[in-house]
Amino acid sequence: MAEPLLVVERVSRRFGGLLAVNAASLIAPEGHITALIGPNGAGKTTLFSIISGFIKASHGSIRYAGEEIIGEPPHRLARRGIARTFQIVQPFADLTVRENILVGAHLRHRARQAALAVAERVGREVGIAGMLDRPADTLTVAGRKRLELARALATGPKLLLLDEVLAGLNPSEIRDIVPVIRGLCARGITILMIEHVMQAVMSLAEHVFVLTEGRIIAQGTPAQVAADSAVVEAYLGHGAAAKLGGLHAG
Amino acid sequence: MRGFGPIVVVVAVLAAVPLVVHSNVVLNFLVIALMIALAGQGWNILGGYGGQYSFGHAAFFGTGAYVTAILQMRYGVNAWAGFVIGIAAGALAGAIIGALTFRSGLRGSYFALVTLAFAEVLRIIASVAPITGAGVGTLIKLDVRAQAFQFQSRAAFYWIVLALVALSLLMAKMIERSRFGTWLVAVRENEDAAQALGVDAVTVKSAAMVISGAITAAAGCFYAQYFLFVDSGIAYGTWISIEALLTPIIGGVGTVFGPLLGALVVKALGEGARLLTGDAPGLDLIVYGAVLVLVIAFAPRGLIGGLPRARRLLTRASPVEAAHG
Repeated sequence: MAEPLLVVERVSRRFGGLLAVNAASLIAPEGHITALIGPNGAGKTTLFSIISGFIKASHGSIRYAGEEIIGEPPHRLARRGIARTFQIVQPFADLTVRENILVGAHLRHRARQAALAVAERVGREVGIAGMLDRPADTLTVAGRKRLELARALATGPKLLLLDEVLAGLNPSEIRDIVPVIRGLCARGITILMIEHVMQAVMSLAEHVFVLTEGRIIAQGTPAQVAADSAVVEAYLGHGAAAKLGGLHAG
Repeated sequence: MRGFGPIVVVVAVLAAVPLVVHSNVVLNFLVIALMIALAGQGWNILGGYGGQYSFGHAAFFGTGAYVTAILQMRYGVNAWAGFVIGIAAGALAGAIIGALTFRSGLRGSYFALVTLAFAEVLRIIASVAPITGAGVGTLIKLDVRAQAFQFQSRAAFYWIVLALVALSLLMAKMIERSRFGTWLVAVRENEDAAQALGVDAVTVKSAAMVISGAITAAAGCFYAQYFLFVDSGIAYGTWISIEALLTPIIGGVGTVFGPLLGALVVKALGEGARLLTGDAPGLDLIVYGAVLVLVIAFAPRGLIGGLPRARRLLTRASPVEAAHG
């Protein structure tokens, strides 16, 4: 069998005395949705930033499509087909939604007309076609999350790293955007997502990795991971699994 | 060629001025305003579109001026060739300063301070180096012939500097509509987000600095030919760094016409103040300061920048009215 599209092997990152990511390994198989979950401060975003080239790893290896990519700058990774969204959305505030997406579209299209066509198509795909001419800073949180997604998509990625695209959305907005993400996967984009909204992780992801204090402590299908006692303890505190087990037994 | 209409109209109107106005005082004023507009357009490419605020564009202006003057006086190079080489030297200075600052990751105020330092270092070197004529400066020999890039009539100089300004307007417009320009603005807006979308921020900023350096150097080359004299205080002085950044900021940063409008307004106010008070020294600087304060307070995007904002407010208001109506 071919190697997964993304293979992260024993990656570590130290910030002074803090080992933010500690020999973490995970894979994202091509054409699937993989989730990375964990409590606040577990190091998920740091690991994402390492994969997307914004932070250098202290140790470890990251292979994408069979090639070692660790230490490459973000723009070169984007050219290879790795796109990311930011947990804290970063729109180009002074530009319109269309111009925002255009920046991403220009990666694979030099001509303005071709890039504008891509921007239009991507805008429709993520459901912001009606807002293309609005200034980006007038969008709601949900709109900004979609814009973040649209810009990344416009770069024509093979691997999409989504950092909490659902955070801050209300349940109906989440219901709206989940099919969009599933649609991306259906047309062949491999997705690795950090997510806190467990309902979405359960319905979207086929495989889940759990990161706590910089280490991967569990992995498996969403159901397996939710039942894992180490995961329950990581979220609810030491001894919680036993108490819950006791409750169920009693 | 959509979008180039306004440039054609503005340049055509300005080109007609010497046909109507024959006063040397007025033409001299306009020549200097256009020269400052050219220097400001150079700054605008890097600062306005790219968001990299340089405090040291004198480095480019002075390099252009000195290269033009020295090539003619010391090496017997033709003035027109010297002019072109001076522009190329400005581009090279942009490449060098861009490589040194952007490759080492300088941003924001650190970048501004380092550019200021470059200009000051060049000024000090030029004030002692023998090749620049040191403290005495370099005088270009009077030789009023078109081959020597010297003209009897102010109008000829006026049309030349206007042609340079027209070229710079076209360049700004083309950059605005190109992939490079889109990426440059993205870097200004948010460098990290731009990089995540595949923009090589260092290369884009460096390229902007090369173009910026070339345009501002063209203003310096023109200065040398017009006044036939260059010294370190003129060429690398802070006055030109200030005027190059002031005119786009007042006219409209990151807009095609911002530097031109800003230069005309600022220069007119400066001259007006001087006429009223009988040449009190430094008064033009006070006027600049006052105008800058007013513009930043009431139109932070400059005189032109205020227009789209006003239009945007109107268009944003109209659907709501329609919904209520």
